[in-house]
Amino acid sequence: MSRLPERLAAAALAGGLMAGPALAEGLGLGRPALPEEIAAWDVAVLPDGTGLPEGSGDVLTGEEVFADKCASCHGEFAEGLDSWPVLAGGEGTLTDRRPVKTIGSYWPHLSTVWDYVHRSMPFGAAQTVSVDEAYAITAFLLYSNGLVEDDFVLTRANFTEVALPNAEGFYSDDRAETEYPLFSAAPCMADCGPEVKVTKRAVELNVTPEDPDGRPAGTLPALTTTAAAVPAEAATVEAAAEDPAAEVAGEPAAADPALVEAGEKVFKKCAACHKVGEGAKNGTGPHLNGVLGRTAGTLEGFRYSKAMAEAGAGGLTWDEAALKAYLENPKAFVKGTKMTFAGLKSEEDRAAIIAYLATLAP
Amino acid sequence: MTDEPADNDIPGASRRTFLKGGAALGAGALAGAAARAESPDPLITEVQDWATSFGEAVDATPYGMPIHFESHVVRRNVEWLTESPVSSINFTPIHALEGTITPQGCAFERHHSGAIELSKADYRLMINGLVDRPLVFTFEDLMRFPRASLVAFCECAANGGMEWGGAQLEGCQFTQGMIHNMEYVGVPLRLLLAEAGVQPEGKWIYAEGADASSNGRSIPMEKAMDDVMVAFYANGEALRKEHGYPARLVVPGWEGNMWVKWLRRIGVYDQAVESREETSKYTDLMPDGRARKWTWVMDAKSVITSPSPQAPVRHGKGPLVITGLAWSGHGKVARVDVSLDGGRNWQEARITGEAKPKALTRFHLDIDWDGSELLLQSRAVDETGYVQPTKDALRAIRGLNNVYHNNGIQTWWLKPDGEVENVEVA
Repeated sequence: MSRLPERLAAAALAGGLMAGPALAEGLGLGRPALPEEIAAWDVAVLPDGTGLPEGSGDVLTGEEVFADKCASCHGEFAEGLDSWPVLAGGEGTLTDRRPVKTIGSYWPHLSTVWDYVHRSMPFGAAQTVSVDEAYAITAFLLYSNGLVEDDFVLTRANFTEVALPNAEGFYSDDRAETEYPLFSAAPCMADCGPEVKVTKRAVELNVTPEDPDGRPAGTLPALTTTAAAVPAEAATVEAAAEDPAAEVAGEPAAADPALVEAGEKVFKKCAACHKVGEGAKNGTGPHLNGVLGRTAGTLEGFRYSKAMAEAGAGGLTWDEAALKAYLENPKAFVKGTKMTFAGLKSEEDRAAIIAYLATLAP
Repeated sequence: MTDEPADNDIPGASRRTFLKGGAALGAGALAGAAARAESPDPLITEVQDWATSFGEAVDATPYGMPIHFESHVVRRNVEWLTESPVSSINFTPIHALEGTITPQGCAFERHHSGAIELSKADYRLMINGLVDRPLVFTFEDLMRFPRASLVAFCECAANGGMEWGGAQLEGCQFTQGMIHNMEYVGVPLRLLLAEAGVQPEGKWIYAEGADASSNGRSIPMEKAMDDVMVAFYANGEALRKEHGYPARLVVPGWEGNMWVKWLRRIGVYDQAVESREETSKYTDLMPDGRARKWTWVMDAKSVITSPSPQAPVRHGKGPLVITGLAWSGHGKVARVDVSLDGGRNWQEARITGEAKPKALTRFHLDIDWDGSELLLQSRAVDETGYVQPTKDALRAIRGLNNVYHNNGIQTWWLKPDGEVENVEVA
């Protein structure tokens, strides 16, 4: 980095000091942060326990909270569904070809677990885990990794007594000693070795996204191609948008476009788990194409909770009223649903999202 | 989501079967004949529409997008890499760009909880912890600090991570495209820290974002006081939403995960926070089962952006422009070598424009292609004398379980028909 900004900064500061009021401590910009503000934003917890609030939680409570808020992605036993992170197990795998990096096998500090659960989880509903719940979930994760018994209670007082198995498994960047000397010799320029052959080809794996013509996605068009043929991609998108069947199929009545648009925005809260649109597949949640009018718990290929399957067998159909009630408080409407979503408090949001879902053809 | 790129041996992966290269073969056959026209070109002899009637009026697009002929030049993602698109990454179309500056609109995105909308009016930055005066700044406050400017590359530590086990993806957009390079304007972080007054025991800062992931990273005070910037502008305009509007951290030369977007808090501590993003992720598992941590610097690297799998040679033999990008987190790129034979023989490429420290550097090599197959490689040498290693040299030290910091030499197989494949050679 050039020293120029530093010089500029020094000059600017000096200039500020001379021209402005006598501010021995900088420019006098900003205002004091209030204790309440610091408490609200500074929630970081450090390895030595700094920042940990008073509270406690036990394994069994943690198991319940985990099943409620975490298991839809991480699995009931923290084993990780689909490609969501595995949180338990993996002990002794770090030298395997496929290491399983979990809290028990890899993470060095328990503080990181508590901090991340409390600050950033659940995915899509961050900062909704209470202090005691964070203790309880952390206690459950210790249990699911075989590190504590089922009667264990984690508290602020005993927190730093818990050492994770891989605490000593990390060391600071040593590339300057172990790599740079090896890679700093004057490089060979001619006759550097025997003739080489191709040993691996990416095409044999066939995992690159492709354009419709089978080439790697984004391949530059030939410069001799006529102009009309180039924006094929754009044309396809426009055609799809203009296709009235795609837009209104499954729509019972004329939808308010503004409401549908608002609903599409609200749907961002759901999109991490529920796929929609052409070719949508089941993800963490079932795909929602044609959800209006669908019998609950019946989409093929999705593993519903027992509660949801039973609700469907009992005749629950996703009409507007049912969806409204479910979206307001999912766990109250279908007790035992896997869906961790806390619900949409605003009636407007619920109406909007249902209007949007109604536009999605099966 | 998972940050770990998948292995090479994807279950169910099958041999690619598409028909390749009819057009390119045709072009190859015509090469040489192109110098003489057999009949007058109607594009020249006939008056074209654009030469006789009006084009678009001013203000047709108050903020313009690239002309539709360039609609293929966009960010792209690889869906199977991650579980959710809001905690995911896409790739800069570096095969289609020239020069060194990456337009914001096609610069790769990495979000951990989606790109949020945070207005300047709602923006607050807090500095607290081991400081004399815990402070809150509004955006207006920040705009009153002296500004600096710098050009820097931002590279995800996982750039090239999918290639650890072997050649996997077809195209430098996917293999080296987790990178962008912008001109930033903002406030040196040291000025903000000075305003709060860092106490002697304050050895680390912890930078946090305002989004739901609150992605946080610890940065040693020495770096924080050196060239780290709180940036508001990129490439002459406000940061785009996806790049952290209205303010992000710029940490020149260091891995992209540390460039916290929607920056909301700088905590000053006597130790590293050891957050999820610097323990569970962004650490490097070594063959003995232990892991390197705090591998912040992005080592010297380069890649030929054209020809490459998404930029095949369609004009046949004769003059051929080979171009690419080189960079180093340790400073300036001193030299770039190019090999046409898989690393047996090398020649020095031309550095085009200025080689700036910790910024993308453009190189070119103009050759007279005889139409035979080439194994193209580039090799960056930075001002510290570090020479970009081969992938195998990295694997010999780090094994196969690394994910991050793959700065190995890339090989493209240019075939006589002009098509290009991502390969490894030995």
